[in-house]
Amino acid sequence: MEDLSFHHPVRERAGGIRQSAIVGVVASGNLEVLVERVLPDAECAVEIKTAAMGFGEVWSAVIGDFVERYSPGGLKFSINDGGARPDTVSLRLAQAVRLIAGSDR
Amino acid sequence: MTAPLSHIAPAERARSTSFNEASARTRLDLLLDAGSLVEFIGPEQREVSPHLEIFGLPEQFDDGIVVGHGRLGGAPVFVAAQEGRFMGGAFGEVHGAKLTGLLRAAREIGSIPVLILLDTGGVRLQEANAGELAIAEIMRAVMEARSAGVKVIGLIGGRSGCYGGGGLIAGCCSALAVSEAGRIAVSGPEVIETNRGVEEFDSRDRALVWRTMGGKHRRLLGAADVFADDTVQDFREAALELIGLIGPFGLDRLKAEQGRLADRLRRFGACQDAVDVWTVEGVAHAETVPELPADQFIALADRIGRSSRDAR
Repeated sequence: MEDLSFHHPVRERAGGIRQSAIVGVVASGNLEVLVERVLPDAECAVEIKTAAMGFGEVWSAVIGDFVERYSPGGLKFSINDGGARPDTVSLRLAQAVRLIAGSDR
Repeated sequence: MTAPLSHIAPAERARSTSFNEASARTRLDLLLDAGSLVEFIGPEQREVSPHLEIFGLPEQFDDGIVVGHGRLGGAPVFVAAQEGRFMGGAFGEVHGAKLTGLLRAAREIGSIPVLILLDTGGVRLQEANAGELAIAEIMRAVMEARSAGVKVIGLIGGRSGCYGGGGLIAGCCSALAVSEAGRIAVSGPEVIETNRGVEEFDSRDRALVWRTMGGKHRRLLGAADVFADDTVQDFREAALELIGLIGPFGLDRLKAEQGRLADRLRRFGACQDAVDVWTVEGVAHAETVPELPADQFIALADRIGRSSRDAR
């Protein structure tokens, strides 16, 4: 297992009022993303536990692109990864932002 | 993206969502009255397995099971749903403790039914002893809850089926609903083949696996009381029906269950294949049962009329 951690300054606060949301499942080629609204509005953090060692640079690129595109200010993402491909990771992160932007709870 | 999901009525979503393909959380969301699910020990509490990290295996924040309470047709229910894609839905220490705790809470309250959405290969091998103990604790908790007047209903239609200790727990429930994809057994196909040889059971013969362990056979034997088509709405209706049907539980009922099982063994014990069982049951053209669409199969099963309603 490898632990990775990324912190990014963010332009805007993420939309919605939900405090947390979860998407995905830990399985081969898949991952779960738990997102929580616990940070200051101009910050974003991503904590990753992955079964695939040595892909730090790919993660860094995927997370950088995601933060740039979605501006997820105030959100902390916790990821359990079962060896997902970068496109799957991007999809799950986008789903997590969409879920926590919902209006319930 | 097409229309946002929030614009589609919950019942419509439940009708168009495959139970088999949905995640544990989606199953519960659509099975219960809209927005009523409240989770106990949710993923944000990060009660993960204490064992998996030792093996260098990834954890899941809910350890592969969602437990909570909600409403079904306006009435309160306790619910548990296993995630069959995480480690085959297998029972580990935390996973099992969450279900045990839910059942004990139900026992203390005594009147609120419990729905268990089983989707499991059995004990998680990396947590062998803790997993085996969890199965034993859950079986005891099911029987204690039932003795206190709680209806415990198993809903089975997931990818991993219901195997190993999951099959034992299913056997302890007040009633079961199953879909065609929901296999119920203790030893799985590969386990039987490994122990008894390919002549006893060819695990690669999928048709054999399905007609021996699949939902249709379990329904015709009376092991499952309701056959559900593979939508979440069908399982919701099955759960509502079963809550209305389950009678009181006590020694008389256990004796009736013993009698039912002894009678089943007497009638079908010499059969070599599920098709032989169906023929003895009086099903004409029994070999066509696996191909029957759900509505025709349900009509057939109701005509045969076997259920555990007077026993269990």
